[in-house]
Amino acid sequence: MIREKVRVKSFKINGIDVTGASNQTILEVAQDNNIEIPTLCYLKGLSCVGSCRMCIVEIKGSNQLIPACTAKIKEGMEVTTDSPRIKTNREMILSMLFSERTHTCSVCVSNGNCELQNKAHELHLDHIQVPYHNARFEIDASHKNFVNDPNRCILCTRCIRVCDEIEGAHALDIMDRGIDTRIIHDMDEPWAQSLSCTSCGKCVYVCPTGALYEKDISDEEADKKRSIIMELLERKAQQ
Amino acid sequence: MKKIRLATIWLDGCSGCHMSILDMDAKLIEIAQFVDVVYSPYVDTKEFPKDVDLTIIEGALSTDHDLEMIRKIRANSKYIIGLGDCAITGNISAMKNLFGSEAVLERSYGELSDINTSGGYPCKIVPKLLDKVLPLHEVIKVDYFLPGCPTPSEAIYEMLKALIEGREIDMSAYTRFGK
Repeated sequence: MIREKVRVKSFKINGIDVTGASNQTILEVAQDNNIEIPTLCYLKGLSCVGSCRMCIVEIKGSNQLIPACTAKIKEGMEVTTDSPRIKTNREMILSMLFSERTHTCSVCVSNGNCELQNKAHELHLDHIQVPYHNARFEIDASHKNFVNDPNRCILCTRCIRVCDEIEGAHALDIMDRGIDTRIIHDMDEPWAQSLSCTSCGKCVYVCPTGALYEKDISDEEADKKRSIIMELLERKAQQ
Repeated sequence: MKKIRLATIWLDGCSGCHMSILDMDAKLIEIAQFVDVVYSPYVDTKEFPKDVDLTIIEGALSTDHDLEMIRKIRANSKYIIGLGDCAITGNISAMKNLFGSEAVLERSYGELSDINTSGGYPCKIVPKLLDKVLPLHEVIKVDYFLPGCPTPSEAIYEMLKALIEGREIDMSAYTRFGK
């Protein structure tokens, strides 16, 4: 196999000189240098899709905001990770994520343990800036252990990626487009009837919200399962 | 010093946030030195008064009466605090939006009712339900947001104290959605 030669590239993040390997993304180099960029769909050890747009950054010379998790570094580029423009856009992106589905924190299984909720807190978003969409999706509780509630889904696709890249089953995928998009099993079968699902639960434990959750489980057990899966992802990232 | 004219109102919510105000316990005495409660479920005023300095609103907007009230409140209040998730996001009050008001009325007064022989809904005296439950800021300008379900009493105290002292405050240290 012919591999592209990896070279060292130097550039600036927030005016600080940094270096990284040419196959690295802006986000990876930022993290290596302890520069914080907010993320949501990103999960170390999985491929990057840039679906949530939370990690947008400015690159000098371009008037577009670029997701740092999918943008490869370039020699001499000048990256800004925080500015009034980025802040306004992140707030709007987060508002749209909240308004698109029904995230009623107070009655959610993930209340207090939700990355979407935490992101609102982190970015000081105290109200949603666009009207709520109020669309209702059917809940799939057919599986003996797990539930899929699309009403709480932010379409980050972590579940799809972990099932495909770590478990190797690819039982999950995406159906429909835009605002109607849903996570499905196989050819949109009820979860219990999915032939390719191995019931490993990885999808459940990488879900940032309460869209996928395990039935009748204590917080302690859930934490243990989550830490096992996160450990697997860490090891994958080091390969 | 002139006292702050304070109003509080409970719209479509569970009153849990008003309970949270009372949960300030001894700190209520401290706050009471600076405020005059001119309208609230705690006091017996029938009409929403004029020239209110600060109105704390719990609950979402669910009826034509809520809309009428909120517009009057906005016109008569200098500042408005949206208190709790219902006021800010619609929260539990807005969960019926996924089915619509008609379906909810049908379920309560039709399917689940034992004695309602006519099958009709209450439509006299009681306010009419809106098609959708709305958070406050979709109808009026809200000056401060205090999320939480219910908003912790400490957060309410800290916000009121900051407003009384006329300083800026970052509420994210005290509360968040669903807290």
